[in-house]
Amino acid sequence: MSRPISCRLIGAVGGLIGLLSGCATLGDGTGSRLDLVQERGELFCGVSGKIPGFSFLSPDGRYAGLDVDLCKAMAAAFVGDSSKVQYRPLTAPERFTALRSGEIDLLSRNTTHTLSRDAAGGNGLSFAPTVFHDGQGLMVSVGSGVRSMADLSGKAICVGSGTTTEQNLNDAFAAQGLPYTPIKYQDLNQVVGGYLQGRCAAMTSDRSQLASARSGFKDPQEHVILADRLSKEPLAPAVVGGDQRMADATNWVVYALIEAEERGITQANLDDVLEQAVADPSQAALRRFLGVDGGLGAKLGLPDDFVVQVIRATGNYGEIYNRHLGPGSAVTIPRGPNRLGGEGGLMIAPPFT
Amino acid sequence: MPQMFRRGRFWIQLGVVVALMAFGGLLINNITVNLIRTGLGLDFGWLWRPAGFALAETALPYAPTDSYAWALVIGWMNSLKVILVGLLLATMLGVAAGAARSSRNRLLRSLSGGYVALIRQVPLLLQLLFWYFVAFLGLPDTPVGGLIHVSNQGIRLLGLNLSVEFCSVLTGLVVFTGASIAEIVRGGINAVSRGQWEAFRSLGLSEGLGLRRIVLPQALPAILPALTSQYLNLAKNSTLAIAVGYADLYAVSDTTITQTGRAIEGFLLLLLSFLLLNLVISGGMALMNRAVLGRLQRSR
Repeated sequence: MSRPISCRLIGAVGGLIGLLSGCATLGDGTGSRLDLVQERGELFCGVSGKIPGFSFLSPDGRYAGLDVDLCKAMAAAFVGDSSKVQYRPLTAPERFTALRSGEIDLLSRNTTHTLSRDAAGGNGLSFAPTVFHDGQGLMVSVGSGVRSMADLSGKAICVGSGTTTEQNLNDAFAAQGLPYTPIKYQDLNQVVGGYLQGRCAAMTSDRSQLASARSGFKDPQEHVILADRLSKEPLAPAVVGGDQRMADATNWVVYALIEAEERGITQANLDDVLEQAVADPSQAALRRFLGVDGGLGAKLGLPDDFVVQVIRATGNYGEIYNRHLGPGSAVTIPRGPNRLGGEGGLMIAPPFT
Repeated sequence: MPQMFRRGRFWIQLGVVVALMAFGGLLINNITVNLIRTGLGLDFGWLWRPAGFALAETALPYAPTDSYAWALVIGWMNSLKVILVGLLLATMLGVAAGAARSSRNRLLRSLSGGYVALIRQVPLLLQLLFWYFVAFLGLPDTPVGGLIHVSNQGIRLLGLNLSVEFCSVLTGLVVFTGASIAEIVRGGINAVSRGQWEAFRSLGLSEGLGLRRIVLPQALPAILPALTSQYLNLAKNSTLAIAVGYADLYAVSDTTITQTGRAIEGFLLLLLSFLLLNLVISGGMALMNRAVLGRLQRSR
């Protein structure tokens, strides 16, 4: 029995296409990813694992950092237990594929929110509100006497290749009419090496990366990150686009963290505040926020007390920030734009009504 | 009748040629199809747009407002600078080290042997990083006399300013390639019959004079072909310069590709530049080889 080989080929290709389309329909069924997470009772969270302060292995072998606490807050809201998270360390090129293929439910990995990543014609993600306003910065040594970008006129600046870092550097210096000499290396380790050896008066990268790198220096307090901002890099968690329930739930967990800080609700005073809210019916807004009444959680497909769960697990946004990036932590980054809206920063939450 | 036209062989050779052409065609077709599919035709229009990035070293005047094409030319000249000076110095070092290995002086012999053994065991990238981060950036700020000033920002030599990046790449390439050339020179010298050494010694010529006038000229035909590939290696290895911050053609192309997104065009230009340079080096060496062989035949 011998059919022509072309027939068999067509059969095989057809089978393969059928198989692939079968796989594809599994992903976009009617159910939301949120249902899947709640059924599973566990959140798969994509992190970097290599950036101190954001996601990094702590001495006890667990992941810790701002990005990691976001995963915990989501798990607390979605399944009521912040320890029910499986972390997946991902490289930059892997991260979007991991999300699209369903390997992870949530991406919480220093990801800059951009048009191409958001758009359906691009990476097709849904971004949650920004959890860290990053931007390219310049680090100099305290002893150099450099206080601002203008002091770097005519000096050498160490920069890495392969990203927009170099272009941002030039744009910023050109806009102020300042000459400079770029010493361009292939990766951040060499940039750090050149800077520490005194080849350059300053090194440039994202401010979070500068702070992370500085935490590994022998004498971190000898180096400062200048206030000048060379670019904007809003970092935000992301979920797969086109899944409104998952996106809404993620968005409002982030907003809950910010709102809690605005209201001064912390891990420590949560129980007292909750007790007051339950006892005092006149505190309508607070009662809605904490889910005492109003049924806001149900609208998101979450328990009504999801805010309480979140704050109990991680504390408010300010507590998370101070834990990993605050003055006492290993990676210290001044809050700057990451302060609350009322305090001159950019972190705001829409009303919980 | 040339052999090619004997029937069996002819068809085999024709088959190989056709297969090679088909393979090449397939590759070109692949690139074209993929370019069309992604909506990117080959386009070199970006070459005339302003580059927008500064460069640390420029042999000719350059500003970020100049075109990408000019930035690439500047990078090309930086590459050429380090390659040409490197070829010259590596040859001098290699010949000296190779000759030293045939020396009667035990110290010279073992120094040269140790140098070759050490350098050939360590990857070039590591050596470049060593020269840059340990040797040159560790330099204290010292004026050596009035005419030379050494610091970890650069070396000023009689009004000539050499950046530490240039010095590191040059040193790395020269020391690395010099070791390979030393072995080639040693092989060439060994190929000259011992009788020639005994002959000049018995004539009372000094070791150095005998080496220069009697042995090396006869060793050249054995040395030159192998030397060509070392020269080509040095030229190609110069692209490692980006690791130590030297703005060579590869480093400039890298930035250009990142900013324009024109990876295929950028790499094509890079490919052509190196092909051209290496063809010039190979051609020059072939000419030199022919001249040496011709002279040798005339002298016999």
